[in-house]
Amino acid sequence: MADVTGATIELEQLTKRYPGSANPAVDSVSMEIAAGETVVLVGPSGCGKSTTLRMVNRLIEPSSGRIRIGGEDVTDIDPVKLRRRIGYAIQSSGLFPHLTVAENIAQVPRMLGWGKQRIRDRVEEMLDLVGLDPREFHDRYPRRLSGGQQQRVGVARALAADPPVLLMDEPFGAVDPITRDHLQDELIRLQHELHKTIVFVTHDFDEAIKLGDRIAVLREQSRIAQFDTPEAILTNPADDFVSGFVGAGAALKRLNLTRVRDVGVAEYPAVSADEPLQVIFNRLRIGGVSELMVLDRHRRPYKWLRRGDLARARGSLARAGTPVTHTVSRDATLRDALEAVLTDSSGRVAITGRRGEYQGVVDMETLLNSVHELLEADRLAALEGQEELIGHQQPHTRQELEGQ
Amino acid sequence: MITRAKLLTTPAVLAAVLLATYLWIVNAPLDSIERNALEGGQVRLYLWQQVELTAVSTFFVLVLALPAGVLLTRRFARPAAPLAVVLANLGQATPAIGLLALLTFWLGIGARTALVAMVAYAVLPVLSNTMAGLRAIDPALLDAAKGIGMSPPGVLARVELPLAVPLILAGVRTALVLNVGTGTLASFAGGGGLGNLITAGITTQRTRVLVVGAVLTVCLALLVDWLASLAELRLSPRGLE
Repeated sequence: MADVTGATIELEQLTKRYPGSANPAVDSVSMEIAAGETVVLVGPSGCGKSTTLRMVNRLIEPSSGRIRIGGEDVTDIDPVKLRRRIGYAIQSSGLFPHLTVAENIAQVPRMLGWGKQRIRDRVEEMLDLVGLDPREFHDRYPRRLSGGQQQRVGVARALAADPPVLLMDEPFGAVDPITRDHLQDELIRLQHELHKTIVFVTHDFDEAIKLGDRIAVLREQSRIAQFDTPEAILTNPADDFVSGFVGAGAALKRLNLTRVRDVGVAEYPAVSADEPLQVIFNRLRIGGVSELMVLDRHRRPYKWLRRGDLARARGSLARAGTPVTHTVSRDATLRDALEAVLTDSSGRVAITGRRGEYQGVVDMETLLNSVHELLEADRLAALEGQEELIGHQQPHTRQELEGQ
Repeated sequence: MITRAKLLTTPAVLAAVLLATYLWIVNAPLDSIERNALEGGQVRLYLWQQVELTAVSTFFVLVLALPAGVLLTRRFARPAAPLAVVLANLGQATPAIGLLALLTFWLGIGARTALVAMVAYAVLPVLSNTMAGLRAIDPALLDAAKGIGMSPPGVLARVELPLAVPLILAGVRTALVLNVGTGTLASFAGGGGLGNLITAGITTQRTRVLVVGAVLTVCLALLVDWLASLAELRLSPRGLE
């Protein structure tokens, strides 16, 4: 994270009280968000998460408390100027239907008084960034876009003036599950490039796990039930409310948080299909393995070859062995890998690199071991975190735990 | 949506009707009263007065009703909205001729009095349509507009008004047509216009004079309506269909 472009956000005892209601809608929320961090506010509907978010750019004026962005107290500055420095994306995109895609994206730069050419270049850049072809989409009207495309344009508009902070209010709430999944992946990719500070509101806990560096689980009046990493919340929910919200299958959800590349890909003997048959035969006989991975010309997984397969196929490599049906990339989650391992008859799955080239395998045993390790590490980290909170901090704890 | 055929039908029909009326009058033997009423550029003068009455009254309707419509949809003025609509309703519900008669007592005789009555009569459609157009905008859009940093005047100018244009224009169109109609009553207040021909035709029992006045009024109303429909087509923001 060398080039963090985000800014810190500090909320200090932020409270919103509506006239005529006994309880505040948001009751004294304090939160510190690091620059470049993605924080997801998650909670049941009506818990005040949106209100909290909308107080950050003062679409809702707080009744009391302070907001600091990048260290600057913005509680009393001109809200219009403040909002031009903060990206804002909402559910159902909020695009202006009477303006083209390009005009929608250009709104904030125009208000900031950018030159025409600079705006034009920026619009192209933003369309590219969110994966829409500028030539095709530049002059379209929002009504002529699918829900997912509208949402991409909405994100492009929010990012157009390169704000350090991005607020997103259930931005993917109104699109179908498949598109939502795509958009989430895109946001992760964007954030990887941009390192903005993102505050994201959702009621979908799975979305929170997927996107958040940290998650704030909120109960009514926006009281923070737990504010921690997804791993910590999954393995060590603070109370019944949080575990209720996490829902069943926490261990399975945990698998979504770790990538295949993090658990170590095991080497497994492989041979190119271009090799002479005799070489392959010898490798199988002497290599000490009962099965070989055969790769095609581009070094992609082609088929599994067992001892005896060649003999049964009368020496024809084309007919011998079992074709590889499932492969998993290094960036896939452990959950994807588990799925592939479970469906594969050999109990292992081939791992591929960026261009589909073979890199090794992951098998059931590796998965089981790494999941156990992960869960144990999470548990210890959470315990440690609790101890720090309580104040019984022991200087050795960290080393002791890591020594285990 | 207006099709090309419909776009051309109205002017064609109007031209035919006007031509027929013209030929009928030119070829008919007119007596002295009829000649008095129809010759010497009288018809052109009345027609022009009628156009003027319509244009000026519509101008004032816009000047009054558009800002009022905008104001009454702002948060701070919302409590006043029902009262304003009641007032505007009153203006339209009162029979125009009665209103005109009452105003003559107050303002005296002349085109000014007629204009006041016409404006009072036509404010409602523009006002209510402006308010309806502004209220019909998805609140999420206004939230987005504010959220990306538009100032309240910016939201109004760049989001609210453009999106309300179709409804506002429909209201203006109604007001224009109403004003052509009520403009004929201006003659009762000494305001001139095609009403002069119609009343002259009735009092002197000369059907031809009456028919010329009536045909011109109807054609003017339809022409204005047609022009307004063109303006709607032209001014409605793209991307809304």
